[in-house]
Amino acid sequence: MDIFELTIHQLHNELKTGAVSSLEATKAMLARIESVEPHVGSFITLTPESALAEAEAADRRIASGEAHVLTGIPLALKDIFLTEGIRTTCGSRILHNFVPPYSATSWERLRDCGCVLLGKLNQDEFAMGSSNESSAFGVTRNPWDTTRIPGGSSGGSAAAIAARQATATLGTDTGGSIRQPASHCGCVGLKPTYGRVSRYGVIAYASSLDQVGPITRDVTDCAIMLGAVAGYDPRDSTSVRTPVPDYTAALTGDVKGLKIGLPKEYFITGLDRDVQESMARAIETYGRLGAEFVEISLPHTDYAVATYYLIATAEASSNLARYDGVRFGHRSPQAEGLIDMMTKSRSEGFGAEVKRRIMLGTYALSSGYYDAYYVKAQKVRTLIMGDFTRAFENVDVILTPVAPTPAFKIGEKTNDPLQMYLSDIFTIPVNLAGTCAMSVPAGFSALGLPIGLQLIGRPFGEETILRAGHAFEQATEWHTRKAEI
Amino acid sequence: MKITVADVEYVARLARLALSKAETELFAGQMDAILGYVDKLNELDTADVRPTSHAVPMENAFREDAVNPSIGVEKALANAPDRVDSFYRVPKVIE
Repeated sequence: MDIFELTIHQLHNELKTGAVSSLEATKAMLARIESVEPHVGSFITLTPESALAEAEAADRRIASGEAHVLTGIPLALKDIFLTEGIRTTCGSRILHNFVPPYSATSWERLRDCGCVLLGKLNQDEFAMGSSNESSAFGVTRNPWDTTRIPGGSSGGSAAAIAARQATATLGTDTGGSIRQPASHCGCVGLKPTYGRVSRYGVIAYASSLDQVGPITRDVTDCAIMLGAVAGYDPRDSTSVRTPVPDYTAALTGDVKGLKIGLPKEYFITGLDRDVQESMARAIETYGRLGAEFVEISLPHTDYAVATYYLIATAEASSNLARYDGVRFGHRSPQAEGLIDMMTKSRSEGFGAEVKRRIMLGTYALSSGYYDAYYVKAQKVRTLIMGDFTRAFENVDVILTPVAPTPAFKIGEKTNDPLQMYLSDIFTIPVNLAGTCAMSVPAGFSALGLPIGLQLIGRPFGEETILRAGHAFEQATEWHTRKAEI
Repeated sequence: MKITVADVEYVARLARLALSKAETELFAGQMDAILGYVDKLNELDTADVRPTSHAVPMENAFREDAVNPSIGVEKALANAPDRVDSFYRVPKVIE
């Protein structure tokens, strides 16, 4: 197998025995990026020079016997993570020239482990989108079918894994932005419980929903990455002090007696047939492994998308008020007066989807509509959370599809925002409830497109979903298939 | 129509966005469709439901009021579109 195809744990073994150096691995990855990037478009910024220096430092650390499992592993970050000294755009023209003066906690933690940063990954602008088409830096293509979207908003993070352009990546998930692209690209992606990973240095979209998580080749890698970035951070007052377990220790392969909930609202008529079949096969597999099934109901599922598009846009309209052309980012050169400068800078800097969401959020928060829209949505959020709390009294894990269909065609939904929003129908409720969930490869459509299975856990139940995902992975071979690119 | 062109123009002003005529018309139609869709929340009786602003129950997060190193003027101003000495420079505020 080529170096660029290895998982973190496989590459770590090669590095530890000295069979491969981090410098060799990093060079192999950079060469791979160069050869496939024109077909995929996963990256916004590449950092080959600093990557090679980091690889050499990692090799010295490995030689000294001080290596972490992530030392010398080449990875890449969604361009939403601030990286000191490296341009960070968040997929937006308004930040096309922004070089952050400090780094996100998650990147600091990975860097301290000795990771090598290959570059910054493409994404929907300000993480607003389900297809990566709202990026100001070009389209990212799905490595399984380059006429299709990779999913979004962490589309570059998933495409880079599927195209073997990085050993692992980090994304963020506000309404499904890790799980949906992971599902569409045949990767493993985990959205941790809100508060599990620090949001410090992660450019804010909807602060009560945003969460950082890994996209990887397999569940073991996912557990390794989560363990490295999770934990309390005094710089994010919403991060929690709950201790971080060794997530890899949870991967026992044993799901006997595990109670899996099947919510009837997620297995609706109109679900894509290939997705339906993959779910049925997955349920069979878990049955063979000794898991038990409980039919459950999450009665407010149908209200989640509406709730999300009020809460997320309201928070976004407030968070994005900071882009005013004063302190950083794009400033319009032809403005007359301060207000005109701010208005022109924003109007030139933001793309259509970002403007649309700022408008929706501003409307929902505006005088006369605040109670009818924003407060109403916050109340329905309470009901949606209650659905999950009640369900988890009887089950350990909830199994659902990640997305109602496999990856759609580039351009297919760009003219109909509501249809685009509805593609996140199965992932959004988890963000509103604040709990954790992961996407695991669970099959392919008739056209050869990956289909993901969603495992939803209790708040801070990451170990349980990782164990369930790992057991499934051991019993199936979906995660070993590779996109031909 | 729930959302008129005048509504869009008003909200755009609040959000400090200058929309073209075509954008204004497009957004009026799209926002109308989206807000029509979110109206389904009114099917639910939420009179006795408390709103949730945050998924994880939390107390206030306090810290010691201690002096810590900061990034400094040069680093803070490094991304400034325009500056003079240790200040950001902006167009005239009072006209």
